[in-house]
Amino acid sequence: MRLEAKPAPGLAATLAYPLGAILATLLIASLLVLIAGASPFNVFWLVLKGAAGSQFALVETLTRATPLIFTGLAVAVAFRAKLWNIGAEAQLYIGAVMTVVLGTGAVAAPSLALIPLIMMCAMLAGALLLLGPAILKTRFGVDEVVTTLLLNFIVILFVSMLLEGPLKDPMGLGWPQSKRVVAEAQLPRLIQGKRLHFGFVIAIVSAVATWVILKKTVFGYEMRAVGHNAEAARFAGIPVNRVLMKTALLSGGLAALAGFSEVAGLKGNLTLDLSPGYGYTGIVVAMLAMLNPLGVIVAAIFVAGIFVGADAMSRSAGVPSYIAQVMVATALLTMVTAIMLSRFRIRWR
Amino acid sequence: MEAFEILWQTSFWVAAIRIASPLIFATMGELICERAGVLNLGIEGIMTAGAFAGWITVYAGGDLWTGVLVAALTGAAFGLLHGVLTVPLGLSQHVTGIGITLLATSLTYFTYRVALPEVTSPPKIEPFQPWAIPGLSEIPLVGPALFNQTPLTYLAYVVVAVVAWMLYRTPAGIAVRAVGENPAAVEAQGISVTMIRIGAVMAGSALMAIGGAFLTMSAFNSFFFEMINGRGWICIALVVFGSWRPGKALVGAILFAAFDAYQVRLQQVTGGVIPYQIFLMMPYVLSILALIAVARRATYPKALMVPYQKGER
Repeated sequence: MRLEAKPAPGLAATLAYPLGAILATLLIASLLVLIAGASPFNVFWLVLKGAAGSQFALVETLTRATPLIFTGLAVAVAFRAKLWNIGAEAQLYIGAVMTVVLGTGAVAAPSLALIPLIMMCAMLAGALLLLGPAILKTRFGVDEVVTTLLLNFIVILFVSMLLEGPLKDPMGLGWPQSKRVVAEAQLPRLIQGKRLHFGFVIAIVSAVATWVILKKTVFGYEMRAVGHNAEAARFAGIPVNRVLMKTALLSGGLAALAGFSEVAGLKGNLTLDLSPGYGYTGIVVAMLAMLNPLGVIVAAIFVAGIFVGADAMSRSAGVPSYIAQVMVATALLTMVTAIMLSRFRIRWR
Repeated sequence: MEAFEILWQTSFWVAAIRIASPLIFATMGELICERAGVLNLGIEGIMTAGAFAGWITVYAGGDLWTGVLVAALTGAAFGLLHGVLTVPLGLSQHVTGIGITLLATSLTYFTYRVALPEVTSPPKIEPFQPWAIPGLSEIPLVGPALFNQTPLTYLAYVVVAVVAWMLYRTPAGIAVRAVGENPAAVEAQGISVTMIRIGAVMAGSALMAIGGAFLTMSAFNSFFFEMINGRGWICIALVVFGSWRPGKALVGAILFAAFDAYQVRLQQVTGGVIPYQIFLMMPYVLSILALIAVARRATYPKALMVPYQKGER
């Protein structure tokens, strides 16, 4: 068996492959639903209704999509340059820590000054956190996959230490949680009385900005060149290591914004369950979007919809909500397979 | 100094060898995959699936060795998936591996909830018991640590010997090493690179799953969510640290486990002056430091992460 490059597919074919991947994912999920003793059609209908069937559901889906847009962008940027940042989870938490450190009264300023300051410091913290593995990669040849993965565990223990130590809320009845951020550090809600907050707008703006950087700037071109073929890029005079550093800073900064927006926009304080794996899910979001920053918005809303819908479905149909995680993981694998099949033809001889 | 007295405690060495066992299985598994040229980041999820599969088999009435077998087969199944996606289809080994981890983990949690919908705390099984080897287990300090462990721990050492022997002394093992270094040369011998690589990934994944099963069937007696807790990622570091050699990787795993057992005891000795999280961080920090230490002279298998296409140069 061998693979042969295909001519660039037309629009219909380009759309057919991802749709095929989603169909395959639904088929596999149906099988699991049957095993769990429920009807697939009923379950998928409930998931759809739970994700988009009412204003409440839609708002909830967009709220859940917000951190996923940030982590999805972080992964998309890094993977473009083949910098395997699997540490978005850690960068998210460091961004959240920064938000709490500056936002709980340490700095007194009006919202218009305080929020940008916190955002910048959070991004800087996340950027520096990924700079470490990037330097280890370029200077010492240490694989960044393992270092970023291990840093996730280190950072979460570090956050746990802070929440039981210097950042602990004295009024928290002993729970490991931080104080709430002051009113000036909170992001406004987009709709009165609903959970959707200004972080969603920042996420969309970030996606557009990332798209511009990737498509319209020299840096974006260099990133893609490094990702495509680092040797050729070096030969063409592109400073590969410096491009990787800059990519790491951008990627880490974007992931940290997820932590910032969850604390300043939604939760108000930092706890150890701030992120149910948004950093890892960001990898799926980025791959579903084929690493396109604007696609990340769509992919994040899609993935968030599955999670929110599955929660609602689980309450009424009794199928465990872990079906959402299975679907998301399956979608990742079917999607990368579909992308490959859209570019290559399998010859069996 | 109490901190040094720990080293003379029998219980410390017993714990070190026990903690090393799952790492040894999984490290050997990852080593086989990487020697064949395939990075397997599915390790964390495959260990989770193995831990669950072995445990639920015993809980459902199977005997312990059947549980180990079911765990191995579960691992091999995920290995087959990883192998097919990365070898003939040539998909990114990073992305596919992370996908396998996400899939294996979520499928395990889903199955757990479907199989045991009502339970609040996971049921316990009767795990493997230590087998004292007559005579040898009486030796002070070393005896109980090495010769009074469960059969699965003994199996871990047998696996290291078998893997080392196979990789260096059998045609199959030499083929595995060769596809990781120079696949075109292997194909020229009329051997299928695809088959060797998929086979190696399946065998390696089976070992990872047994490593996971060790936790639920020997070290503990129950299955908990997130019980693998990064052990898989540490094993990937151990493979690099052991420069892809079974013997060195074994030494690395034991050193690492000794350190892990030591930090738990040091935590008790220091009596809460230092936050416990610092101690829990140490194994992960140590893994990163070990990687930095060996990075300069690491000799990766040459074809690691390079997909092979027949007829391509």
